[in-house]
Amino acid sequence: MTVVPYAQLRERTRQRDCSLHEKVISLEEAANIVNDGDHVAVGGCTVSRTPIAMIWALVRARKQGLTLSRSITSNEGDIAYVSGISDHIMTSWFSQGIVWGISKMMRAYTETGRARFEEWSHMAMGLRYRAGAMGVPFMPMRAMMGSDIVGLVDNAQEMECPFTGERLLLVPALNPDVALIHVQRCDRYGNAQIDGLQFMDLDIAMAANKVILTTERIVSNEQIRRAPDHTKIPFFAVEAVVEAPYGCAPHECYGTYEPFFEHMDMYAQISATKGEEGVKEYLDEFYYGPKNWTEYLERVGLQEMLDATRRGRSVYDD
Amino acid sequence: MTTDLANRSTDNSPTQRDYTASQLLAVSASRVLEEGQIVFAGIGITLLAATLAQRTHAPGLTILFEGGVIGPFIVPGELPPSTNEQRCTRRANMLVPITDVLLLLQRGYVDIGFMGGAQIDRYGNLNSSFIGDPENPKTRLPGTGGGNDIASLSEIIVAMKHQKRRFVEKVDFVTSPGFLSGGSSRADSGLPFGGVKKVVTDLAILGFDEKTRQMRVDALQPGVTAEEVQDNTAFDLIVPEGVKVAPPPTEKELAILSDLDPERLYTA
Repeated sequence: MTVVPYAQLRERTRQRDCSLHEKVISLEEAANIVNDGDHVAVGGCTVSRTPIAMIWALVRARKQGLTLSRSITSNEGDIAYVSGISDHIMTSWFSQGIVWGISKMMRAYTETGRARFEEWSHMAMGLRYRAGAMGVPFMPMRAMMGSDIVGLVDNAQEMECPFTGERLLLVPALNPDVALIHVQRCDRYGNAQIDGLQFMDLDIAMAANKVILTTERIVSNEQIRRAPDHTKIPFFAVEAVVEAPYGCAPHECYGTYEPFFEHMDMYAQISATKGEEGVKEYLDEFYYGPKNWTEYLERVGLQEMLDATRRGRSVYDD
Repeated sequence: MTTDLANRSTDNSPTQRDYTASQLLAVSASRVLEEGQIVFAGIGITLLAATLAQRTHAPGLTILFEGGVIGPFIVPGELPPSTNEQRCTRRANMLVPITDVLLLLQRGYVDIGFMGGAQIDRYGNLNSSFIGDPENPKTRLPGTGGGNDIASLSEIIVAMKHQKRRFVEKVDFVTSPGFLSGGSSRADSGLPFGGVKKVVTDLAILGFDEKTRQMRVDALQPGVTAEEVQDNTAFDLIVPEGVKVAPPPTEKELAILSDLDPERLYTA
């Protein structure tokens, strides 16, 4: 992944309509914003605030050749490989989650060379997005040196600091073509409010050329203006808004629902025992089969949804 | 996410008595922590160790989670399943973006980072990326997460099961740097701070020679001989004359661990 030239970055921003305008569309329309071959940054971390509804829409739209990047990648990475939307994932850690062990799909695809898992340190991923958000081509950092990680990534270079003479590692900016970010609420213009853990989402949003927001609910602009300090992503950085309740299911959305653990256990079981065929059956049942997002949620099931919701809301208990 | 996968092995250690190998690891790791320290914890044993230290000798110890959590307070029986979920935020002092919590390492606020790994070598280098040739691996592991950042920028405590296939002559891949090739090689590589403070296993507490940076047995776990430790290690360890035996876990320590993890999710 090469650094986007600054003139191109500025020109792409200049061409965007940054007015305060309504931008609510459907999941299917949002998928059309993503082009084959794009670099798509995925918000959230591991099983938290993962934009599953948009990934679901990209799989159904049969996108190809996407490079995905994320802080830490969970089983949405499996789904990206097996569905064929991506064969290159840049991330710091890739498996469903520690409690589920090593991802069988990650192993199956990377060990045979069918897909690439480009491993950067967690802070390196963060500083790469931050450089992109800052409009500079790289950030210096003091980790990753001396390790073998640096030899397997694209584009990291050591330099001597011109001020102190110290050794530093320069990590290149990421300016994703599209960022997919799920939030608890936003207005029709894309002013997004995020509760709880922010992960790398603010930097991803400001680094990306286009941000597709999915949201648990769309609120009025008046409500946003009553608490502007809660707004984490400004409307002018946002290309599209999609209302997708339970848009992270079966992953977590802070304060709204915890992970759907039974579903996650079921997925882990299928991928471990039935391998790629099992994951393809999972895709047929949950990705290609449903008529729409509501039917997807129906198939995931009301009982699990209520259980996850009860646990999710408990974060506000004393 | 620091990789604790290596600690999920279910085999029992030869030291097992009225406590499990995992409980022994948690107790030994907690004893290395000091009052007032700021500690980067993973989940599982490392979080239990940090919380145990808070409830015994280090009430003013602060926990950080990689998901962006500063100073959470762990509720007994509600151990979080990862460092990136809402359960990690219970009674926290502050939530920050991931990049900013990791930058605390670089800024020098973090005293101790906790690590696991699939493999470790005599210089404390850790591998959590590849088993076999990285170009054609036998097993692709989940990777560094924040492990490399923590190991590069702070002192670390490694907690892992002591097995010959894990304590190897040379790691297949340096995911998280220890003392690299020993001597001053770590500082020479651009890493002037940090390093491996202790390796805590079910067989021994290990440190590193100040000059050569080779692994050394600092204390044996109760009921373990130096020969046993060497037999379970694929490289030659430094074993000082008359090496001490660590005191076994106390009833109080074990009671606190049971309270924190009543279902023994992490201490089975």
